[in-house]
Amino acid sequence: MRIKLEKRHEPSLAMLVATPIASVILTMLIGIVVFDLLGINGFEAVVDIFLSPLLYSYKWQDVALKAAPLIIIALGLSMGNRAQVWNIGAEGQYVIGALCCAGMGIAFGQTGGFLVVLLMIAAGIVGGGLWAAVPAWLRTKYNVNEILSSLMLTYVSFQVLGYLVGGPWKDPNGRNFPATAPLADAQTLPVWPESTVHLGVLVALILPFVFWVIMARSEFGYQVRVVGSSATAARHGGFDSKRTIWATMIIGGAMAGLAGGLEFAGVLHKIDLGFASGYGFTAIIVAFLGRLNPFGCLIAGIVLAVTYVGGQMAQTSVHIPNSTAGIFQAMMLFFILASDILVRYRIRLIPSAKAAGV
Amino acid sequence: MTMISRRTLFKGAGAATLATLASPALAEDKVKVGFIFLGPIGDYGWTWAHNKGREAVEAELGDKVETIYVENVAEDASAIPVLRDLAQQGCKLIFTTSFGYMDQTLEVAAEFPDVKFEHCTGYKRSDNVATYNSRFHEGRAVLGTIAGKMTKSGVVGYLGSFKIPEVVLGVNSFALSAQKQNPAVVVKVLMIDSWFDPPKEAAATETLINLGCDLVTTHTDSPAPLQVLEQKGLFGFGQGADMSAFAPNAHLTAIEDIWGPYYIERTKAILEGTWTSTDTWDGMIDGEVVISPYSAAVTADAAAAADSVKAGYMDGSFNIFTGPIYDQDGVERVKAGEVMGLGDLATMDWFVKGVESAA
Repeated sequence: MRIKLEKRHEPSLAMLVATPIASVILTMLIGIVVFDLLGINGFEAVVDIFLSPLLYSYKWQDVALKAAPLIIIALGLSMGNRAQVWNIGAEGQYVIGALCCAGMGIAFGQTGGFLVVLLMIAAGIVGGGLWAAVPAWLRTKYNVNEILSSLMLTYVSFQVLGYLVGGPWKDPNGRNFPATAPLADAQTLPVWPESTVHLGVLVALILPFVFWVIMARSEFGYQVRVVGSSATAARHGGFDSKRTIWATMIIGGAMAGLAGGLEFAGVLHKIDLGFASGYGFTAIIVAFLGRLNPFGCLIAGIVLAVTYVGGQMAQTSVHIPNSTAGIFQAMMLFFILASDILVRYRIRLIPSAKAAGV
Repeated sequence: MTMISRRTLFKGAGAATLATLASPALAEDKVKVGFIFLGPIGDYGWTWAHNKGREAVEAELGDKVETIYVENVAEDASAIPVLRDLAQQGCKLIFTTSFGYMDQTLEVAAEFPDVKFEHCTGYKRSDNVATYNSRFHEGRAVLGTIAGKMTKSGVVGYLGSFKIPEVVLGVNSFALSAQKQNPAVVVKVLMIDSWFDPPKEAAATETLINLGCDLVTTHTDSPAPLQVLEQKGLFGFGQGADMSAFAPNAHLTAIEDIWGPYYIERTKAILEGTWTSTDTWDGMIDGEVVISPYSAAVTADAAAAADSVKAGYMDGSFNIFTGPIYDQDGVERVKAGEVMGLGDLATMDWFVKGVESAA
């Protein structure tokens, strides 16, 4: 008997939808086995990480807060990925966005209100976009691989953050701890009464529709898809691939910057050395788990947020480190990337006599 | 294992309490006490000592209490949902055991007015947030005395975390004490922007050694610096707990943090309903700061000098922060005969003469 891979003419839609779900389930099953082997109650750990956050209503707001930045960043990244533009530096764009947002707030002192908050968020978008423009420029002008340049700029952004919060922006009442002063109440995002859910969550729910319209209905979306599928075809079609690189990189950065600004003005209200919490990297997983589809990103963002919140819950229940959630997230990405073969290829088992399709 | 574990039942109960706020249903249950820890319990230092305190609460109060702990909680926003989780699980008293949990503690405390919080080493309080700290600098005075006697190069290292008052006090207490034994002693300070990061701690220790330090004391939590010192045949001190097992030759002595009595006292206050928001800053005299036995390497001379400092703190006759004290620029900050009060110490942000630091 042989196993044969046959290229599909069209990517399988069924597999496109089924494989992300299968990846999550497979991750859970392997998690149970691995934890049991480690002497931890694997079933309880996996239930905690994947289900508990959904079962307890008081955890929903935590899930929403975690999902919002992941969704927003993933939307931007998936647009770039559709055009074969690989922005790995969303984490840095997120940090710079938050810093620009904070800087705008500091510029207004204690003055707040709708307009100031709007300007702060706008500063975050612009900051993130500009930070991503650097790798776009390097790529289009000098053909520098944007994977490396955007990733390396992330570490530069950490240094910028460290300098600002440890130096000029250090809280004068913070007794020298490297962190900005807590944001004035008037400069924070509106919050749903009796909860911690801020306006950014609403933004994260609306944006997938906006991105879907752009990608599916606009000429720009068409251009992105054409450039992504074949640079030659794009040239024949009269599309400028450089322009697409610029646009998708900047949009990716702007979304990360928006997420950073929302997180700062909506949740954290101050920036310290631990501000960068990995959303920018995890959003890459969200984008792929969501199959680079805006609504897929919405769902995948919620799934990943559940693992974050669940990871925190498992810390108290089965005493496994918070980073366990990271291992699960990585496993999901691994399976989703591996399962791509099922989307593009058909597996044929060829027994000696009779052939059976799968 | 059934689907509904004991814990999920409790969680349901916690959620119910949340809904009705102070439902009497839980009154007959054990009082739950939560702890969040910065490092792993296995750091054998800071977190290990806090966990010893937690165990002391369980040992003392037995079936009246149940304790829950969470390890490896970063000093950033991720502490907020962890704290919220503990409160939602029905904890009535929650100890947050690192400086960087300060604003997070206050934020969650505001959401759960029925839950009492205790923040270690911080300075912000509210109706349901108390603060507590140890006068670690008293222990640093003992270490500094030994260092002043034992250093041959006259250059000693101080591996710090952040330039917050607690650390500044430690550096100054250590430097002033060493200079009392040897006025020429220079203390080189390195801050690593972290409390627990063994590779970074080890690397910084190497740097201090390369700068000529033949003895390094640490204000971070792991035994990694001591292991480096052990390899190089140099000396250092344990931090938070006796770390001699990691570096039998390098480990001269250690500052042991004894949190148990305070944790027991505060838990009892919850049981008796007498808890109030307080600011506690206990020291050697209260048994909260303890010096480990000296190793064989500590000379008789050094041991005698260290013992007299220790005795001075035990009977209240000695205070290292007695003037004259000069700052790094040689300006007299505390006049001869004057003693710095706890209020001044709590906000100290300048290093004394003989301290060399980048910031």
